[in-house]
Amino acid sequence: MRSRFFASLLPLSPPAMINASLKQLSTQLAQKKISSVELTQFHLDRIARLNPGLNAFVTVDAARSLAQARAADARIAAGKAQPLSGIPVAHKDIFCAKGWLTTCGSKMLANFVSPYDAHVVERLNAAGAVILGKTNMDEFAMGSSSETCFWGPVRNPWDRTRVPGGSSGGSATAVAARMAPAAIGTDTGGSIRQPAALSGICGLKPTYGVVSRYGMIAFASSLDQGGPMAKSAEDLALMLNVMAGFDARDSTSLERPAEDYARVLEAPPTGDRAKPLRGLRIGAPKEYFGAGLGSDVGAAVEAALAQFEKLGAQRVAVSLPNAALSVPAYYVIAPAEASSNLSRFDGVRYGYRAPDYTDLADMYRKSRAQGFGAEVKRRILIGTYVLSHGYYDAYYLKAQKIRRLIAQDFVQAYKQCDLIMGPTSPNVAFALGAKASDPVEMYLNDIYTVAANLAGLPAMSIPCGFGEGGMPVGLQLAGNYFTEARMLQAAHRYQLATDWHLRQPAGVE
Amino acid sequence: MSLSLPEVKRVALLARIEITDGEAEVVQGQLNDIFKLIEQMQSVDTEGITPMAHAQDVVQRLREDRVTETDQHALYQSIAPQVENGLYLVPKVIE
Repeated sequence: MRSRFFASLLPLSPPAMINASLKQLSTQLAQKKISSVELTQFHLDRIARLNPGLNAFVTVDAARSLAQARAADARIAAGKAQPLSGIPVAHKDIFCAKGWLTTCGSKMLANFVSPYDAHVVERLNAAGAVILGKTNMDEFAMGSSSETCFWGPVRNPWDRTRVPGGSSGGSATAVAARMAPAAIGTDTGGSIRQPAALSGICGLKPTYGVVSRYGMIAFASSLDQGGPMAKSAEDLALMLNVMAGFDARDSTSLERPAEDYARVLEAPPTGDRAKPLRGLRIGAPKEYFGAGLGSDVGAAVEAALAQFEKLGAQRVAVSLPNAALSVPAYYVIAPAEASSNLSRFDGVRYGYRAPDYTDLADMYRKSRAQGFGAEVKRRILIGTYVLSHGYYDAYYLKAQKIRRLIAQDFVQAYKQCDLIMGPTSPNVAFALGAKASDPVEMYLNDIYTVAANLAGLPAMSIPCGFGEGGMPVGLQLAGNYFTEARMLQAAHRYQLATDWHLRQPAGVE
Repeated sequence: MSLSLPEVKRVALLARIEITDGEAEVVQGQLNDIFKLIEQMQSVDTEGITPMAHAQDVVQRLREDRVTETDQHALYQSIAPQVENGLYLVPKVIE
């Protein structure tokens, strides 16, 4: 932690550079101690060296990235720098970026060069950030391990025989292995938070409607949210400031006054300086600490909660009585919405078209059978079934009612606490292939994360220790609607008092 | 609830995904496992609960009925599998 202070005064050496905060990098750029071209090239070199063993990136385009870096340098020289100007950011391959191959981890889009930019990409570009590359992911964001990627599995930099989590595993690995200072991902059932937890980094899913979904390839429209992935809560806040905001092209985007998500990070504590979180009530739901939770994960999370108490927070017992229904409800709603969203992939206008077919219907059937992987097909079939005539009430409508019960549980809980905390994942990263043969076992990885998507609440994961095999453990924080700033403040205070988030895996120096 | 093989094939037809008999059998087992997970919902009383589609109390925004998009069909069609004279080519439907 001491090195963070000195790093802001001197030009950064490579070890310091890869652990610099976004604010420090921004200062280095503003003071002309480094240029965006140098910073971007530095990361491109790291990708060239480290990516072959990790498979985090699908597409790298040095010429394009460096062109953006040069433009950022010109802006900085003209005194027009913004907080992310010149900073290279890795983009999950689910965000359409104009002129970039955007595959969504699928053979279906293996040839899709996007003709437009997603809203989030537009915002990052306008802020002067540099697209460092497109990261690997579970196909169409359906997965919790980044093993279903058409481009092969992503490996966890902490142990390359294990998964980094998913579906934003490429983005998580890119940050964890210090190939990128920050990344963007998407979260439908935990796909930012769970890979952040398994890879030892920070990730945040905003309140539903805060980040525009325009240009973010749709999986489940009422659940999907884009969000930042980085090494600290402070970095997440700076990224969210750029990503968040109303977009008329997303019909679910919310019109709200602009917010500075970093505004209370360093809010001066009232009273006792040693207890900056005095007054904060933390709810630890008993349902998140029961059967199914690994003892190693439980121990690290309990230690984190004790640390929050040391910082002045008060722990209160809360209950989310319908917690166990989150996964069943999610695995009706998400596949149902996916079956609708993925019906556009038919080989007609873009993407994969089967080479041989007899008639139009055959072209559809073959293009989709050949273009989609097994997990995607399973979910489309489930979704099609639960929406079909005779089953809609029993399944989809029922799941939407349970969804309301789950949301109501949180509303009740937030009468007694300000933040809900618990484990992000029941286990640390598992071995590649360990859960690949049993879809349901894979789905249970989402047990603590899906509720926030169903309810539309903001939630994040930060590192809080290590578990079995020396693998990272993530602590999940979930706030009430639109309380991202407060959630980030609590996380930031924890990160000022601990250093779990500063640890890096061996072999990425 | 458990799916029969003809039902699996029917759903595959609705989803426009070709499936062989062998694949249908494998998928049938996997789908039925997933249904066992989903069945847990059925024991819960949801009488009188309004379904929730969106966290916020919002309605679909409307906009002015005015053309805002520009013609970019050349760009959009540059990535199409088969195009001719600005039209996407597909197998003949009407004989």
